[in-house]
Amino acid sequence: MSAARAPFPPNWPWRIGAALGLAYVVYASMQLGITGARLAQGWGEAGRFLARMFPPSFARWELLLEGMLESLQIAVLSTALGILLSLPLGLMAARNLSPLWLSGPTRAVIAVCRSLHYVIVAIIFVKALGFGALAGVAALTIASMGFIAKLFAEAIEEISMKQVEAVRASGASAGGVLLYGVVPQVASRFIGFGIYLLDSNLRNSTLVGIVGAGGIGGTLFAAFKRFDYDFVCAILLSIIALIFLAEVVSGRIRAALR
Amino acid sequence: MSATRVWVRHNLGERLLRYTLWLAMVASLVWAIRSIEIIPEFLADAPEQMADLLIRMWPPDLAHYYPSVHAAMIETLHIASLGTLLGVALALPVALLAARNICRNAALNTLAQLILVSSRSVNSLVWALIFVAVFGPGPAAGTFAIAFRSVGFVGKLLAEAVEESTPGPLEALEASGAPWGHRMLKGVWPQVQPAFWGVALFRWDINVRESAVLGLVGAGGIGVVLDDAINFFQWQRVATILLAILVVVLIAEVLVTRVRARLL
Repeated sequence: MSAARAPFPPNWPWRIGAALGLAYVVYASMQLGITGARLAQGWGEAGRFLARMFPPSFARWELLLEGMLESLQIAVLSTALGILLSLPLGLMAARNLSPLWLSGPTRAVIAVCRSLHYVIVAIIFVKALGFGALAGVAALTIASMGFIAKLFAEAIEEISMKQVEAVRASGASAGGVLLYGVVPQVASRFIGFGIYLLDSNLRNSTLVGIVGAGGIGGTLFAAFKRFDYDFVCAILLSIIALIFLAEVVSGRIRAALR
Repeated sequence: MSATRVWVRHNLGERLLRYTLWLAMVASLVWAIRSIEIIPEFLADAPEQMADLLIRMWPPDLAHYYPSVHAAMIETLHIASLGTLLGVALALPVALLAARNICRNAALNTLAQLILVSSRSVNSLVWALIFVAVFGPGPAAGTFAIAFRSVGFVGKLLAEAVEESTPGPLEALEASGAPWGHRMLKGVWPQVQPAFWGVALFRWDINVRESAVLGLVGAGGIGVVLDDAINFFQWQRVATILLAILVVVLIAEVLVTRVRARLL
């Protein structure tokens, strides 16, 4: 008799998978040049870096406020534009209301908008439209379309067709069908998506400045380049505070609208 | 008797709240439009400039893809995968600390939540800036940026999954005297396993997307090549790189959707 039987049999597929995973980690670390010595040195640097970040310096608060307000403007405008453009796109992409020749290409456009990271889109717009908030608004509008047109289309696809048919049977025009058959069924969800989009654009608008598309990101990047780490810390804290505040406010609004 | 009765959907308070919200929306929009610094000339010739850029990008210089862009693309995928693995590994203990049914200490719960929230609030590009300052430029910084950003996302969703698991198996194992490791492995893990794989795959998909831009701040990957091509105004190469990113991102998304559909 064996002295102590294992309560559970060994799970060989799991062990082999774990070994393969470990092998990949070692291989990829070697490929990327991540070594123990470098990490040790890096963590030493991290200590110095953190020491220089504290205490945060709010001495240049005017610059900070200006950047934050510009980020806020970019977020508001790109959200409004994004929603405005996504409404027709979402309708065109909904497979229950649009013919296939229309919904297919629209879906492809939305997929392309979603696949390109907004910072990449922002670079392109900075090169085409010049530095400043305009490029940021344009880039985030594209990103918003990819993000929310898909949600709109999915919401429209989930509606009940009975009401649409009823309105259509009463002889309403296409606009009437849309306004009285479709919109009442999706309006509350659309508002939820819109607030979610504003939230997400606010996060992203603090970043597009890194490539010169306006907002606090430019200030942040400049501070990093000049090794003003105490100002960097102040900017980061402000961004986190703004995002946190936006999350709380949007949560409240969503609760109030429900 | 009144002939008609007027039905109102919302009471006075609700209506006032709605009007206030609409007013706030319009006001913020007007404020943004009026005070944003947009140079009118830039706006006027925007379509022309965009068309010019697109014409310069066409046709994409596909011969440029191999070997330099290809190598950078592989590096990007390594950054995304290794970063996801590291992030998941870091997220597991934090998620267990954040789950109130596993860790009964309220102070530790709060600490774990704080870690998760701060990880999520800082964007991956900002994490990349920080790690470039720590490790110097290169893919090591990118990997850690991806990992630190993933901790918050994976940890939060995993902690929620752990909190939703039924206590039955855990109690049974506890009653049989199983040690802590066995309770986790056989009581909790089988319940959260589907959520875990779903979250990890989803995060990998996002990380593939995000690791493509890390190079713009010097954190390695295809972003470095993209930045160089843009700075040298080699627009046909830029188009090639953008196409490559688009293809890889779309493949990653389809792959993740397929695998998730089979897992769940």
